[in-house]
Amino acid sequence: MPTGYFLEHLWLIPLFPLISAAMMFFFRRLIPKAAVSFLCVGSVALSFLYAAGAVLELLAAAPQERVYQQILFEWITPGAFATTGGLTQFVADWGYLLDPLSSVMVLIVTGVGLLIHIYSVGYMHADDGYYRYFGYLNLFMFAMLTLVLANNLLLLFVGWEGVGLCSYLLIGFYFKKESAANAGKKAFLVNRIGDAGFLLGIFLIATTFGTVRFTSRGLGDPVAFSGILQTLGALIDQHRLAYGAPVLTAIALLLFAGATGKSAQFPLYVWLPDAMEGPTPVSALIHAATMVTAGVYMVARMSAIYQMAPVAMDVVAISGALTAVIAASMAMVQTDIKKVLAYSTISQLGYMFLALGVGAFAAGIFHLMTHAFFKALLFLGAGAVIHALSGEQDLRKMGGLYNTIPRVSRPFMVATFAIAGFPPLAGFFSKDEILSHAFNRSQMLDRYLLLWIVGWITAGLTAFYMFRLFFLAFRGRSRISTHVEEHIHQPPLTMTLPLTVLMLLSIIGGWFALPVLWGEKNYFAEFLAPTLGGVEADTGTVQLGQHPLLKEYLLMTASVAMASLGLWLAYKLFLKNPKLHTQIAEAWPRLHRVLTHKYYVDEIYEALFVNRLKDLSTALGFLDAKVIDGVAVDGTATLTRVFSRMSMWWDKWIVDGLVNLLAKITSGFSVPVRMLQTGMFSMYATLILLGLVILLGYYGHHMQSWVRNLR
Amino acid sequence: MMPAGHYLFLSLALFLIGAIGVVTRRNVIIVLMCIELILNAVNINLVAFSRLYGDVAGQAFALFIIADAAAEAAVGLGIIIAFFRNQETVFADEMDILKW
Repeated sequence: MPTGYFLEHLWLIPLFPLISAAMMFFFRRLIPKAAVSFLCVGSVALSFLYAAGAVLELLAAAPQERVYQQILFEWITPGAFATTGGLTQFVADWGYLLDPLSSVMVLIVTGVGLLIHIYSVGYMHADDGYYRYFGYLNLFMFAMLTLVLANNLLLLFVGWEGVGLCSYLLIGFYFKKESAANAGKKAFLVNRIGDAGFLLGIFLIATTFGTVRFTSRGLGDPVAFSGILQTLGALIDQHRLAYGAPVLTAIALLLFAGATGKSAQFPLYVWLPDAMEGPTPVSALIHAATMVTAGVYMVARMSAIYQMAPVAMDVVAISGALTAVIAASMAMVQTDIKKVLAYSTISQLGYMFLALGVGAFAAGIFHLMTHAFFKALLFLGAGAVIHALSGEQDLRKMGGLYNTIPRVSRPFMVATFAIAGFPPLAGFFSKDEILSHAFNRSQMLDRYLLLWIVGWITAGLTAFYMFRLFFLAFRGRSRISTHVEEHIHQPPLTMTLPLTVLMLLSIIGGWFALPVLWGEKNYFAEFLAPTLGGVEADTGTVQLGQHPLLKEYLLMTASVAMASLGLWLAYKLFLKNPKLHTQIAEAWPRLHRVLTHKYYVDEIYEALFVNRLKDLSTALGFLDAKVIDGVAVDGTATLTRVFSRMSMWWDKWIVDGLVNLLAKITSGFSVPVRMLQTGMFSMYATLILLGLVILLGYYGHHMQSWVRNLR
Repeated sequence: MMPAGHYLFLSLALFLIGAIGVVTRRNVIIVLMCIELILNAVNINLVAFSRLYGDVAGQAFALFIIADAAAEAAVGLGIIIAFFRNQETVFADEMDILKW
């Protein structure tokens, strides 16, 4: 069992950035700029230190024991739960898991994240929303670290949505620009589509396995702390689930739907190019190195399920290959430097999914890592170029920058060679490993061969569009407007330092997984094997060493040749004879138009979904106005008025009428009595006398006898 | 000694003159004077019976009534003056505000 100070304090890794993010949100402009830089960069540096320490302590343990899991508290305890395996006590904890897979991710996230934070200090120094930018960025780090360190799917989902939120906030960072605000909304909405599938997948996992914890390893009792991996193995042993069971395929496909959204895969990739509206370091961190790879990480994390679902694997592989080639072809004609890189990112993510789909999980994660290095470098380099050119992003207005800003152009060139797949740079090893896995799985002329061909062609396209970008931006004649050229400024040290570090990583990053045929062990795959091994030892994973060496060499030669072809074509079209590419575009105007319009996918979505949704909203609005408001609400009102009029009539004529009738009768009787009261006292006196006379007359006989007695 | 009947006859005559005057006359001052006649008729009655029975209680009452009549005349005249200042009339048939 791995132990140590850093492992025990694993929970601090996501907490550092959260604390500084909270400080940004509470104190805002009260914090001076220097303190903002110190706090935000410092917190990520601390996270990186703690992550590195924890990974080192993990490495100290034996390969099969490299799992550290800590549960901070029970988070959701809904109680007993009917599942495939019977009634289960369902618990979702707030816990962190460090195993080989998450240690790779946590190092990428904190390492590249730290470099980009340092870079941002230089890049954003003049921005008014400095504290806001760093607050969002640190919040992103917290969410991303929660995502990669989560020990269960629900907590992973919290991080997943957290990075989605931060992505939205940072894409729309320049929210006064309408296109930026819209791009943020688009990213958020498109991701919701995938997340719906992801959530359903999580629910299906919960009802199938009765747990959302990835594994019970590192927690002790596998019954009390049940994990998906162990439950899956038990269900298969009991013959309740079989290889290719429909429920496993459904889970895998639903989870993949989530991955297509977050990792910008076909058909949900449309948000990523628009996401380039955000600040460039954000594109580097979120939309190239870390967040968009979350889908790859998640699929790799659930590799045990995917290995039992061959149909889903094929879907992942085909979708990945399709995305890779489509996005690469779109990148060829983009004129915005960041858009080229965005499509390149989509294409490379497609590569990763291709790797996952053919069962080469370690190769996919490996490409994830190398891609994080060189794509972050490319984006940061592009940011430095944009910074130097006072905000110019159009490739047609660049050129000849190679010797003007050498501290940017040199690392950028290295990254270009790395992504194009030239040995001995990082991209060569990771891309070659994916391609050789795809090729090795093909028996004859089957789908794997097709996947390999698509990947191979994509490698050529990648080299072509990357060198096109490089030549257009850095070589050739300067097409920069004279006004801008006068103000070209050298990037500060805070920006060039991360570039240099990333350049080194792009060079050596591939050496962790030297091909087996060179007599070296594939350390990277071996390191990841305990996590990615799946339930059965060798389901689908291919042993490289079993294949003839000649084939391996041929494959490598083929991919290098393809990359060289791309390089040569880009050189010919954009450097040697700059007019040629416009001539080609004019020769095939329709093809060029389709490519520049990105296959009209946005337009198709607009027509098929967005406008239909608007129609639906209009129809619902009409329904609301006419039926709900018109019939129901207004109808009730009319009915109420009718009833109230009726009851008013009753009240007025029957209830009040009775009262009035009584009053009328009373006043009727009072009329003759009133006649007597004339107000004239002589009349009253007469009446008094009259009364006296009557009284005397009535009692007269008494008086008579009385008077007689007097006599 | 004169029989009581004479006194009673005088008293009756005075009372009737007074009562008819109260009922028929328009001028309120005359009405007030007629009331004095009625009071005096009562006084004669009281004194006559007092003499008849040899009891002075009736004569004492007559003295009270004289005092009372004086007070009543003062109050009545006051009311009439006040009324006249308001309505500028002393005629009974024009006085009908008592019904309110």
